[in-house]
Amino acid sequence: MKNEISNALIESLLKEQFGETIRGVEESYGMLDVIVKRDAITDIVKWLKEHPLLKFNFLTDLCGVNFPENKNEELAVVYHLHSFENNVRMRLHVFFPVTDPVVKTISEIFSSANWMERETYDFYGIQFKGHPDLRRILNVEDMDYFPMLKQYPLEDATRTDKEDKYFGR
Amino acid sequence: MKVKLTDAPEGLQGQGFFATSLSKAVGLARSHSIWPLPFATSCCGIEFMATMAATYDLARFGSERLSFSPRQADLLMVMGTIAKKMGPVLKQVYIQMAEPKWVIAVGACASSGGIFDTYSVLQGIDKVIPVDVYVPGCPPPPEAILDGIIKIQELIKNEPLRRRESEEYKSLLASYGIE
Repeated sequence: MKNEISNALIESLLKEQFGETIRGVEESYGMLDVIVKRDAITDIVKWLKEHPLLKFNFLTDLCGVNFPENKNEELAVVYHLHSFENNVRMRLHVFFPVTDPVVKTISEIFSSANWMERETYDFYGIQFKGHPDLRRILNVEDMDYFPMLKQYPLEDATRTDKEDKYFGR
Repeated sequence: MKVKLTDAPEGLQGQGFFATSLSKAVGLARSHSIWPLPFATSCCGIEFMATMAATYDLARFGSERLSFSPRQADLLMVMGTIAKKMGPVLKQVYIQMAEPKWVIAVGACASSGGIFDTYSVLQGIDKVIPVDVYVPGCPPPPEAILDGIIKIQELIKNEPLRRRESEEYKSLLASYGIE
């Protein structure tokens, strides 16, 4: 059996290569979670993919998160990476303010990121710099807001058959 | 057992003749030969399958022939949740139907959005096309769908022949942006 790639090894290799751009490291349910600086995300993803030992060659998921109470870090993008050969998964986080929702695209590294980034734009309004075709993918084209941002109500504004008094409001 | 087909419309009857108005005769014929277009997107469509099958058998009401082309359909049956993105498609199907045409919204989702009070779901198909009969339920049982069809039949029987040329009807369509 091959040597196992431990979370501690990934962490030390990342810190050795990227130093200060690694802002924090956490672990939940045995899965490594690395919080990195926004500008370094493409370099780190590319490095993890092309590293001869780690080989994180599969992008499992890419999605947005909105934390309105987190001042100046209201938005996050989460990257889930999977190394098939080592059977290891990991997560990357980048945080940035809602007033400046821009992050570099990784669609040149993983083609599958193309639609995932479009979805993240569609629901959170996060702009992926360098994305070849950043437009809505799931919602109607003429939608004028980003529905997963928490400042918008869950209920649809065009609903007409619900009277507040029946719902104790 | 004696099979009763249908009641004759109001009219004058004597030996060897029966006279009624043209609109009543046409309405009677139309109401017992509806070709429905099933626009089924979710669980209400499953109930519709039961409605068409042997136990409930919509064919008893003259609707055994489903039309999967809107051009040949008389009745648009919308059964299920309609996402906002599907709204324009539904409207296009409605526009493609030839007059006279009727619409039935089956179930809570088609009628009002149902439990899906959210950004992606159309809050009732009457936001994009006019609806004649709403069937409540989540999903409505086949009996309720049959009841809705019988209500449609009553509408068809009693519809004046010139209703589709009337100003009211034209302004109704215009309010949906359909000419």
